[in-house]
Parts: sequence; C-alpha cells; structure tokens
Amino acid sequence: MTIVTPVPPPEAPGRATQIPIGGPSAVPGPLRFLGRAVRTLWSNGKGRIGLVLLALIAATALLAPVLAPHSPKATSFPPYLNPNGTNWFGTTGNGQDVFSQMLYGARVSLLVGLTAGLAATLVAVTIGLIAGYRTGVIDEVLSFITNLALVIPSLPLMIILAAYVSHRSVWTIVIVVAFTSWATGARVIRSQALTLRNREFITSAVFSGERLFRVVFREILPNMTSLVAGSFFGAATAAVLAEASLEFLGLGDPNTVSWGTILYYAQQQNALLTGQWVIVFAPGLAIALLALSFTLVNFGVDALSNPRLREK
Amino acid sequence: MSADVDPAAGHVKPSGSSTAQPPAPSGTPPLVLQGVSKTYAVRGRRGALMTAVDEVSFTVAPGASIGLVGASGSGKSTLAKMITGSERPTTGSITFGDIDVGRLRSGGLRTYHTKVQMVFQDPYGALNPLHTVEYTVMRPCQNFLGMSGHKAMERMHELLEIVGLTPSAQYAAKLPHQLSGGQRQRVVIARALACDPALIVADEPVSMLDVSLRAGVLRLLAKLREERGLSLLYITHDLLSARVVTDHILVLNKGRLVEQGPTKQVLQHPQNEYTVQLLDAVANPFAAASAGPA
Amino acid sequence: MALLEARGVNVVYEPSRGQRIWSVRDVDITLEKGEFVGLVGESGCGKTTLGYALTRMLRPPARLESGTITFDGVDISTLTGERLRQQRRNGVALVLQSGMNALNPVRTMEHHFGDVLKAHGREGEDLSDGAIKARGTELLGNVRLDSDVLPRYPHELSGGMRQRISIALALALEPRMVVFDEPTTALDVIVQGAVMQTIQDLQREKKFTAILISHDLGIVLEATDRVMVMYGGQIVEEQPSKDLLYGKHHPYTEALLNCYADPRADEIHLGGIPGAPPDLSRPQSGCPFTPRCPLALPICAEEDPPLARLGRGAAACHVRAPATRAAMEVSSVR
Repeated sequence: MTIVTPVPPPEAPGRATQIPIGGPSAVPGPLRFLGRAVRTLWSNGKGRIGLVLLALIAATALLAPVLAPHSPKATSFPPYLNPNGTNWFGTTGNGQDVFSQMLYGARVSLLVGLTAGLAATLVAVTIGLIAGYRTGVIDEVLSFITNLALVIPSLPLMIILAAYVSHRSVWTIVIVVAFTSWATGARVIRSQALTLRNREFITSAVFSGERLFRVVFREILPNMTSLVAGSFFGAATAAVLAEASLEFLGLGDPNTVSWGTILYYAQQQNALLTGQWVIVFAPGLAIALLALSFTLVNFGVDALSNPRLREK
Repeated sequence: MSADVDPAAGHVKPSGSSTAQPPAPSGTPPLVLQGVSKTYAVRGRRGALMTAVDEVSFTVAPGASIGLVGASGSGKSTLAKMITGSERPTTGSITFGDIDVGRLRSGGLRTYHTKVQMVFQDPYGALNPLHTVEYTVMRPCQNFLGMSGHKAMERMHELLEIVGLTPSAQYAAKLPHQLSGGQRQRVVIARALACDPALIVADEPVSMLDVSLRAGVLRLLAKLREERGLSLLYITHDLLSARVVTDHILVLNKGRLVEQGPTKQVLQHPQNEYTVQLLDAVANPFAAASAGPA
Repeated sequence: MALLEARGVNVVYEPSRGQRIWSVRDVDITLEKGEFVGLVGESGCGKTTLGYALTRMLRPPARLESGTITFDGVDISTLTGERLRQQRRNGVALVLQSGMNALNPVRTMEHHFGDVLKAHGREGEDLSDGAIKARGTELLGNVRLDSDVLPRYPHELSGGMRQRISIALALALEPRMVVFDEPTTALDVIVQGAVMQTIQDLQREKKFTAILISHDLGIVLEATDRVMVMYGGQIVEEQPSKDLLYGKHHPYTEALLNCYADPRADEIHLGGIPGAPPDLSRPQSGCPFTPRCPLALPICAEEDPPLARLGRGAAACHVRAPATRAAMEVSSVR
C-alpha cells in the first residue's frame, strides 16, 4: 500500500500570517508576567481574598497622609482616652491619636514585610540554586550552612542581634529578619533545582554551549518562579510577625510609628489596666490580617504552579 | 550505503545496496571506543560495584550509521553519555581523532560539542517549556558560532527549513506545548544541527513518539545523513527503527557487546539469544496473523 | 443482555477557565459477557479518557458531560459516593499503566491484598490473616507468581512482578469486567510479552469481560477478539481483530497498520501519517481525520460520518463505508 502525503491544511483563516517574530525568548517580560500572574491569582478563591486584603492595606499605607485625621506623633490630645468622636481609637499614654498611628503604621509593617521578604528570598534563591545545581563540595558546604541556619531558633537569634546593634531603626529590623529567615526557602529551592537539573532540557542547554550563569538563571530559575514567589510570600509573612515581635519587645526604634510599637507602648502604658482594649486589639488584628493576606496569596501561587489545585 | 527515501510518501526504506553518498565533512575522524567500561559504586553496600558497561569496543567511521541496541539496563544510555562527554569511562578510551573524550574538561567539552551533538529521547522534556523554538535553536548559533542576533536568526530559519518545520516563521514563535511530539523532536534535531556537527548521537529519538510520527523523524535522520555525510550513532531498543536507519548494528546485553554485524544480516540471522528476544519484542500486528489464541 | 452498554458518551476536559476540550465525542460501546475488546489509538485520541469514563474514574477537570453507562442492567453513570464504591466489588476493575507504582512502598504485598479485601468485605466474610494469606496465594498463582512474594516490599520486586501484582489486586474482588490501560507500556520491552501472555491466559481462564487500551496495535490484535480504533475522540472503526489485517478499512486504520513492519523482512516500507492530530478544543464538524486523509472528499469536512457496515464490522467513513440504508442497519457490531 502506498500513502500519498496529503498537503497539510492551511491554518484557520486569520491565524496563519501574523505571528510576530518576536523577541528571542519567551521568558515573558516582567510586566506581562505580572499581569498574567495577577489574573491567575485572581481566579483562585483564596488568592483573590488575599489580593483584595493586600490591596486594602497597601492603599491605607499609601493614602495615610490623606486619610489620617491627625498627625500620628502629635501629643496634642488628652492621654488614655477611650474611643470618641475625635479619636476613633482613643489616645495613647502620650496623648497621641491611635487611629492615625494605625494608618501610618501600615507603612512600616508593609515595608518591612516586603523588603525583608525580598532580601531573604534573594539570599535563599542564590544559595539554593547554586547548591542545587553544583553538586560536590560546594553543595555540601552550602547545605551545611543552610541546615545550621535552620536549626538555630530564629526569634532568640533575632532578639540577640537586634539587642546588640546599637543603631536602632527599621532597617536594622529588615536586615535582622532577612538574615534569619532565608534558610527554609533555600532548602526548598535547592530541592527543586536538584530535580530540574536532571531534566533533559538542562542537558540540552549545556549541549547548546550555555555557560553556568545562563543555565542557572535563564533555564532553571524561570521554571521555578512559582516556587520562588511562594517562598517570598512565606518569608514576608514571617517578616511581618517577626518585626512586630521585635518592636513589641522594645528592640525596635521607639520613635517609629508602627503596629508593633503601638503594641509596645500599649504594654508599657498598661492599656489593659486602663481598659483601652482597642489599642491592643487593633494593631494585633491588623498584623494578623497582613500576615493572612500574604498567606492567602501564597495559596493562589500554589495554584499557579500546580494546575490541579486550580479551582474551576 | 544510502537510505532510499521516497519523497512523495510518508515512507522511509532502509539502507539497501551500496550507492554513492556524499563524503563526510573533510577531516572528520572516526569515533573509536577501546575497552570502555563504566562501573558505579552501589549505595549502601560498601565495596560493591555495579557494572553498567563492560569492555565495549567499536568504531564509528565517518559517515557511518551505527545502531546500539538493547533493553533498559543494557548500558546503551551510559555509553551515550560517555561518548558525548557527560560521563567519564572508568577504564578504556574514547577518542575522536586526537581528542581524548574521556579527559575533556569544560572548555574542551564545549569545542567537542561543536563536532558531536546529541538528540534526546523525551520530546516533552528536551525543550525548556518557557522558551520559544526561536530561542532554543538560536542559542547554539550564538554560543558556538558567535553569531550576532540577525545572522543567528537567519541561521535559525535555515535550520527549521532543513528539519521540515516550514513555514519557519510560523514555528519560530511557538512554545513547546503548542507543538506535537514529532514537531518537538524536529526542533531538538534542528538545535543539534546548529553548529554543523560531524556525529550525532541519537538516544531513542522516536521511542516516545506515536508510531504514525516516527517515519517522519526517521526519514529526516536518513536525509541528513545522505545530504550532509553525518555520522549517526542510533541508540534504541526498537529493532524496527534500527533496521530502517542503520547500516551496522551492535547488540548490548548487561553492558557487554554480545553481537554485531550489518543490520539486515543480524536481524535475519541472529546468533545470540538476547537478539532473538529483542526481535520478538518488536511490536508487529502482522505477527498476530500467524500467532493467535491457543 | 450485554454486560456493558454505553450510549452517547461525551467527556469534556476543562483544564482552565474558558478552555473546553472534547476528549470523547459521542461514543457507543456494547460489550457482551466474556468478550475481550481492544481500544486502540494514539496520543490524545481519548482512549484512556474513555476507559476512565467507563469505570467511573474520571476526576475533575474531566467529567462525563452526557451519555449513559449501563453495567449489567444498572445505570452507573450517575452513581456517587457509597453506592459507587459498593459497585466496585464484583463490578469493574481498572489496571493502570503505572499500577506497579501505585503500591505503597512501606507495606508488604500481603498487606496490600488485605487492604483491598477488607475495604470491600461483605458481612460474615472470613478476613482473618490466614484467610487473606490463602486468598493472596491464590490470586498470585493466577498471575504466575509464587506465594513467597507476599512478605516482600515493592522495591524488592522487579517492574514486571509489580505489574502482575497490580493485576492480581484488580482481580481480588472478582470483577465482572476489567479495563487494562496500557498495562505493559511502562515495562521493559523484553518483559512486555510475558505479562501480556499472562493477561490473555487469565482472561481465557476466568472469563471476565475485558477492555485492553493500548497504542500498540500488535499487542491489541494478538490478545483481543474485537478491536475499536479511536481517533480524535471518536470511534472510527470496529472490527473482529483478525479481520484488521486484510481487506479495506478506515483510512486511519490502514495508515496506522502501515506504520508497522517486520524488521526481519527483506524489504521494509515504513509509513507515517503526516500532519498532526486534531485540536479537540475547537468545535468539529465532519470526520476528524479529513486533513490527513488521502481519500478525503468534500463531504468529509462537512458531515460527521456515521458508523456504517464495513466487512464484518463497521467504520465511520464516507468513502469506505457510505451510509446507505442497508449499511446503517448495524445497531451494534458483531
């Protein structure tokens, strides 16, 4: 029997001609990638709630100067007031308006959460990728360091570091938190890199003459974006909670206005004794909501990488 | 010997009687394996060794098409890795002209890859899911041939045409998941051809493809041999595709070379029991006509 | 009465919002008791999806969009929960391609048998250790394995042995029908023949109805009584297995047969099918094979060809099996 090769059909009309000979790589540009990522997160139920919550908090932080009725540091009010017409959340022991403090406080918490999370993730990615791709001595050394960092209890370490640093500021907290929360992410990223490095397209890249840097950052890393994003949000969550803890313990800069310092002063000034439960409840709830929003977005990120988790 | 191809059909006929074939690129040396062995230490059992390849010797002459056949565990993939420089032989030597393949380091390895390339088994795993066809095929042109963007793009289109992905403009922008298995394998082959290698090691290139797509890819390999004088080392467990593409065949069992000879002869008159087992394992509906329910 | 009657089965797969892939379109199947039927086709033709649909094993995002599946008189297409679970005993069993990987790595084989038997045990049934061991030995004997396999762990056994055990487990509940989904594909090529022979022998001995899903035409034609060829989510031809090797057939079947050859022959013609399978996310009209068919006529792209008589079976082809009134009097294929 012979088979005559039929002429392959033309593409459906309207599709054939205009495929652009675009840029050399389809690793999508950051803006398009972000757009696509947000859309996918939005389609996931938990992710959507997380995004909304995060957006609200971010909006509050940005618009604090507009929304706040008073200056957060001005000690112009009578102290220890309960919520009333002028001071919706009451006043602190120093006569400051708590509501305005809450609004401005969002800035610090958000900033620290995102920055420390980013810093921790950068360290985690670098160490994890190198350890995962290069086997042998390098991997052994890096893994040892990672395991060491994992084993040391982070909060006590943070407390010690923060206590020893003489210059107190928000950035101290960012550095301290980043320094102690990279290890979990590094471990996870290393495992994933180990799996990916045995995939044939990595071998293929080596056969195409790619050098180490390109293989790691242009071949392996792009296939791990969801993992890295998940790691980032995890680190950000930890950072928010850690920052609040450190400030509550008095290790932050007492002149900053943040949710953690509100709690610090509340404790110093015996808010519970004076019956000012709003001063305790509000910042606590806000911190929890911010951490929650990161976690919910993280669920959405999981769905990004694992299609089976995507809801209909 | 050339592979007789019928361009109007989806056919490919195997190498028949000797006919003229364009010579291999001048200066292509033979690939010589001499007493090559590979042993691995077995985890958990101190001192125990696992022999993947056991004293294998053969030569791939310039322009030849050699089949390495065996089931899994026969050592053929390990041999492929050693030949392409991904692993080092424990004993024995692999030479490509005056290049000692077993001793190559990263710089020498890159140069070696301009001469010896690989086509992989898994069309779904051999392409980075995030890169377009364009990117994948252009990279070796830029890395090995030092071509700038515009020239590399021209070469990329040329390569896509050679492997039959026409119109090349249409395929260039596609991502792997938009292509069929056969099309992906063609991209893999295009990538391997970028720097005009002298020898291609094809590791089970059609085993993971649907049967209807195999002839096309095999025909492409045969055509490349014919038109460019490429040497081909074809690794597989499937004797049918080996028959179609190779002139000479080497049968591996548990790391040892148990039989070798001209392909047609070995398949029609197998001497070793393992070869017979491999023959019986070939999928063949027409055998069902003679067999039948007991 | 036929053991299995499936009518108008449509399976839709929705991997993400707005994407609908019609994996199985309008399939009718009738199976008599004791038949061994083959379902053959290539990647994406829908054969595995169909197998899963018939055994009610579809998971979201795939679902049975429409159609009825009647098993021994009972409509199982709408069963859920406990009733569906109960139906698994003495009902339909499924042997997967990587069934050997479905074994719990930290449990012995004996435990696996016990697990299955206890999960679907009936009132008053003897499920003591001794009874389970005895039953396990019996089941292992069916697949040509010795009872010394019982105390072993999966990693101590070869791939072929593990696949035989997954077959034995599937038969533990004495199913009336077994669906084999590519049972030997993941095995080493040398072991495939032996395991396939075991499956054939078992089916003949125990006389359960069986469906063999495979991309390998050789295996299917050798083992089965009747074969159905699938393409683009539809059944394009049904024939008694041995009939497929001669005579005229659906162009896809003929093209597929042409892709095989005997490596020992003096002259080999290895065919292929240029082009690619249809995009099932687009709505289709006409015969799905039209773009790649050497015999295509204009009507092929416009009208769905119905299954009409061809030889002792039927085919869905305007050219080979035109739908004359006489040809359409084929409600089920024998």
